[in-house]
Amino acid sequence: MATLIPLVPLSAADWQKTFFEIVTGHAPLVWEQVAAGAATIAVVFLPSVLLLAMFSIWWERKVCGHIQSRPGPNRVGRFGILQSLADGIKLILKEDLTPAASDRLLFRLAPYLSFAPVFAAFLALPFGPNLTFEPKLNAGVFWILAVLSVEVMGVILAGWSSNNKWAIYGAMREACQMVSYEIPLGLSIIVGVTAAGTLNLVELGHLQGGGLHTWVIFKNPFVFCAFFVYFIASLASNKRAPFDLPESESELVAGFHTEYSGMRFAFFFFAEYAAMFVVGGIQTSLFLGGWNDPFGLIGRYYSQWIGDPVTHRNGLIVLNLIGLAIFCTKALGIMFVQMWLRWTLPRPRIDQVLYACVKVLLPAACVLLLGTALWELMVPSWHVARMLTNPLPWFDYNPVKWTDWARGGATTSLVVQVILALIGLGLLSAVMLWVGLAFIHGRKRRQRLTEPEPIPA
Amino acid sequence: MVADAGLLAVATQVETLSAVLFYVFSGLTAAGALGVVLSRNIVRTAVCLLFTLLGVAGLYFLLESEFLAAVQLVVYVGGTLILIVFGVMLTSGSQFRRFQPKPAEIVIAGSVAVVLFAALVMAIRNAHFVTGWMETQAKYPVGALGQALLGDYLVPFELASVVLLVVMIGAAYLAKARRREGRPVARGGGPGANLVTPLSQKARRWS
Repeated sequence: MATLIPLVPLSAADWQKTFFEIVTGHAPLVWEQVAAGAATIAVVFLPSVLLLAMFSIWWERKVCGHIQSRPGPNRVGRFGILQSLADGIKLILKEDLTPAASDRLLFRLAPYLSFAPVFAAFLALPFGPNLTFEPKLNAGVFWILAVLSVEVMGVILAGWSSNNKWAIYGAMREACQMVSYEIPLGLSIIVGVTAAGTLNLVELGHLQGGGLHTWVIFKNPFVFCAFFVYFIASLASNKRAPFDLPESESELVAGFHTEYSGMRFAFFFFAEYAAMFVVGGIQTSLFLGGWNDPFGLIGRYYSQWIGDPVTHRNGLIVLNLIGLAIFCTKALGIMFVQMWLRWTLPRPRIDQVLYACVKVLLPAACVLLLGTALWELMVPSWHVARMLTNPLPWFDYNPVKWTDWARGGATTSLVVQVILALIGLGLLSAVMLWVGLAFIHGRKRRQRLTEPEPIPA
Repeated sequence: MVADAGLLAVATQVETLSAVLFYVFSGLTAAGALGVVLSRNIVRTAVCLLFTLLGVAGLYFLLESEFLAAVQLVVYVGGTLILIVFGVMLTSGSQFRRFQPKPAEIVIAGSVAVVLFAALVMAIRNAHFVTGWMETQAKYPVGALGQALLGDYLVPFELASVVLLVVMIGAAYLAKARRREGRPVARGGGPGANLVTPLSQKARRWS
């Protein structure tokens, strides 16, 4: 149902050329839009989401293994890459168990109710300047938040319809946790949106096209902190460790999906890993520059070429594909940090989890919102000054020209952004150095805790 | 002339598409509402309410108010419906207990429903519905909404937030666990009776 929603009429004067128009050269008719949309979802989105889930399950097991000083799956295919495929085949072939005392209809409905909202959120993510499924969603960020809050129902239903007290405990904890953490989640998103000025994800991407210092996370120190608040809140809303009480394997057997086996269980896992990617995608598009590279080249060439898309067709297609690769890399990087945290931190109790939400993250988010609102009021920023003369939603500017900044009266803004960008770069390189050193050190260890046995011939 | 014919063709196709989508969403809403009313199992009632709310969100999308659709999902589905489901699950006893209305209840409910239905039908017949496209503010509706909320409608906005604050404080007060003051720390005698170290006091504070 959610996939039919974007097919409302396009306005005649639409400056956002869709990929369809760039490839075929003419504007699509209405039925062509419908067909193209349905084909995109069936052929591109659904397989990609499932492949992404399979890949991230394998990756999680590899990360888990290496952190625990063992190799992870390495027997099925080179580096164990086919392990997820083997698991998928196994799960499909399993017996389809429905507990006799459960509510059958709701038991069967719950995995789909858990997966469908996450899949609907994929439709709003800006994978490239022309690669968004619905580019005119003017409340894009809010739409993703709204749709992720429908996922809570799926989990509650799963726990309830299993007719199993451990499942119900897991479902109640999960609902409590997800719903409470939506508050700091929303507030930290508002902080970012206040600094950026728009909720439309494609416009956010265009806004950050001028280079590393134009990324929204570096706009002011409050947004910088709000990124981390959002990251922690998104961990909790995804039921990821250290907030994975709903499926705390050592306590509740498997939490709310105890009674699920086979493909239904797989659907919950698809939902979880797809939600991790969606959350990483939100952080990327709102805070970390979207599809833009740190040098601003994609933004510059796109603004030059989009005026005449027929001549520069191949260039635009290449730009879109590079943007897609950059977006996915950033979102997968955030997923890696989520996986890293899972296997590093212990699990707090539910009251400690809620304490962290209500007494730590919520006041922090409110203070950051106040700070960023005051900052936006008092410090003139570049895009506001420029918007008076150039009402395009994206900004065709050369970020290296300092006179542009000085003319808009936004020198303080530029200095703060550059300082924050340097701090961010420093943090990122420190983290990557740490991970790289750990990797090298791990390989150099003479004796690992478990060595794989040779397979007898 | 050609351009007009082209635009007219597009407009007709768009109207057909919108009509189809309207029937789909309103069908979903109506089916969900029927499920809420006719279902005998209380948790299934809540799930049918979920589909009703999703259908209404779809209708808001058709009206080009995507912000309102998202608000519908966040507030109704992610808030109100979860609250209803919690209440249902924690108070309903057995999962398979079904509604068993008495004949008197059926008669009263039926007559109230008939009266309400007649009133709605009369109201709909006398209402004036706009046919054709209405120009919603296409460019930045969310921004206009924000400006209206903090501009023309500031007083209702602030009053609503005060009401919500009062509700939150009241709920927190009602749900607060009462600690009994002056509880004896340990009964006299017995092993380990006087092991009240500062560490165990700290642990007690956390548990």
